[in-house]
Amino acid sequence: MSETTTNGGWTPDQPMVSIKDVHKSFGDLEVLKGVSMDIMKGECICIIGPSGSGKSTLIRCVNALNDIQKGSITVEGIEVNDPNLNKLELRKKVGMVFQQYNLFPHKTALENVMMAPIHVLKQDKAEVETKARVLIKKVRLEGKEASYPGELSGGQQQRVAIARSLAMNPDVMLFDEVTSALDPETVKEVLVTIQDLAEEGMTCVLVTHEMGFAREVANHIYFTDRGVIVEHGPPATFFGDAKDPRTKEFLSQIL
Amino acid sequence: MAWAKDTARGPVPGVNARPRTDLPVLLPFGGTAGGTGLFQRFDGRLFVDLKARHGLWLAALIILWAGAAEAAAPGTFIWTIESLFDWAPFILEGFVLNILISVFAMAIGTVAGAALGLMQVSLLLPVRTGSWIVTQFFRNSPWLVLLFCIMLLFPFEIDLGFVIIPIPDWMKAVIGFALPVMANLSEVVRGAVQSLPSGQWESAESLAFTRRQTLWMIILPQCIKRMIPPWINWYCILTMATPLASIMGVEESVTHTVQAMNALGDRPELLGPFYFFLLFIHFIYTYPIARWSISLERKFAVKI
Repeated sequence: MSETTTNGGWTPDQPMVSIKDVHKSFGDLEVLKGVSMDIMKGECICIIGPSGSGKSTLIRCVNALNDIQKGSITVEGIEVNDPNLNKLELRKKVGMVFQQYNLFPHKTALENVMMAPIHVLKQDKAEVETKARVLIKKVRLEGKEASYPGELSGGQQQRVAIARSLAMNPDVMLFDEVTSALDPETVKEVLVTIQDLAEEGMTCVLVTHEMGFAREVANHIYFTDRGVIVEHGPPATFFGDAKDPRTKEFLSQIL
Repeated sequence: MAWAKDTARGPVPGVNARPRTDLPVLLPFGGTAGGTGLFQRFDGRLFVDLKARHGLWLAALIILWAGAAEAAAPGTFIWTIESLFDWAPFILEGFVLNILISVFAMAIGTVAGAALGLMQVSLLLPVRTGSWIVTQFFRNSPWLVLLFCIMLLFPFEIDLGFVIIPIPDWMKAVIGFALPVMANLSEVVRGAVQSLPSGQWESAESLAFTRRQTLWMIILPQCIKRMIPPWINWYCILTMATPLASIMGVEESVTHTVQAMNALGDRPELLGPFYFFLLFIHFIYTYPIARWSISLERKFAVKI
């Protein structure tokens, strides 16, 4: 048991997130039918595919928001599919940003960013504040520290959500369709923020419909359909030379 | 009032008409814009918007009635009013006990109801089920029957061997009223917690907050606002129910009114003025509180 809760001898040259033959059902509905992928440190991965293909479910499983029935997911050697999993330890390593931002509406932007480091990591409040202000600046929201989420636009809220997640100093960031609820004009500001992160070497996993972003920023693209990975590859091969008819059909509809 | 038509600009959703979207809509508050009718609608419910002139109408009606009474039996009206003045302090004294019962019952009901409501959102099945059963039982029992049970179940004094603690009837009534209030507030708490989008729980979870931290630091602070208007509403309902205690002989306003009329020889012409006076003092106390709860509800009708 002690071995499952430690990192099992993980070293940075091994995949940071390793997904092996993952099966997941909601009742009778099988959403993931044996999905496998490896994500190395510093990589930016985009998962694309039609609605209901299981992409969101897959990344929610990575930080144990959903449990899996079969298979294995490890994050830096921590086995997620372990009944004795220390969820808090896992979630300190994995940051997540949601489609609906989910900021805490009763707290200001700055307080949203500061809450978790203070109360979860028990860090010093003054230090956390300094760090939080840097993060707010990093997501280009200087001057909005004292604003409540209700006073910010969707794009601004989403950038606060990214800063809030970064404040926990995660090793990998999961983005679950983070631009899908945004106005077309504000999509870009959020994508630029994520691109900055990826270029700084943060390991990023995105579920997205932004093909332009996937082509430009991702190191590797996975295409899922009906619970399986149909095809994957680096952007150039994936967009230029898709083999599977399902991928071709999907790409022809959206490109 | 809030949704009344504005003839100059026409209805503007979210400003002088109901919002049509789920997007953030800040409603105006503090202003007195809107209609002037007696019957108003707020959030689909009808409420009576009383103004000073309605009081004048009522006064006119009373004078008319008094005139008719005086014409039918000369001299009795003056005597009735004089008696009422004599006995009003006694009735008001009883009303103080009504307020006392309502305040104590509300205090106990709030503490117990908050605890019970939190148990209803527990992850532990036995705790959740147990608190649900208790809530449903007291929420769906007639208040009067609960009152009877408590009055008859509780001893009139507790003998601790070295000291005997008497339990006055009105304290038993407090317990009797606190139980249904507790159950209803338990539902208010459960409803408020469950009304928050699940995304709040999920984002807190992914930031490694424990469930307890999430509940106390993220969920409940957002719920307080939502709970205040129904909480005040339940206080009004409770206050209006306190005269039930008179059936059990508690010396509150109704009991005192009946005693006053007894002392005056139970003359039928006393019934109208005395009960109307009783109604009046209850109304004067409860109506402003009810209005306040509506204004708070409006103030908090901000969707985020």
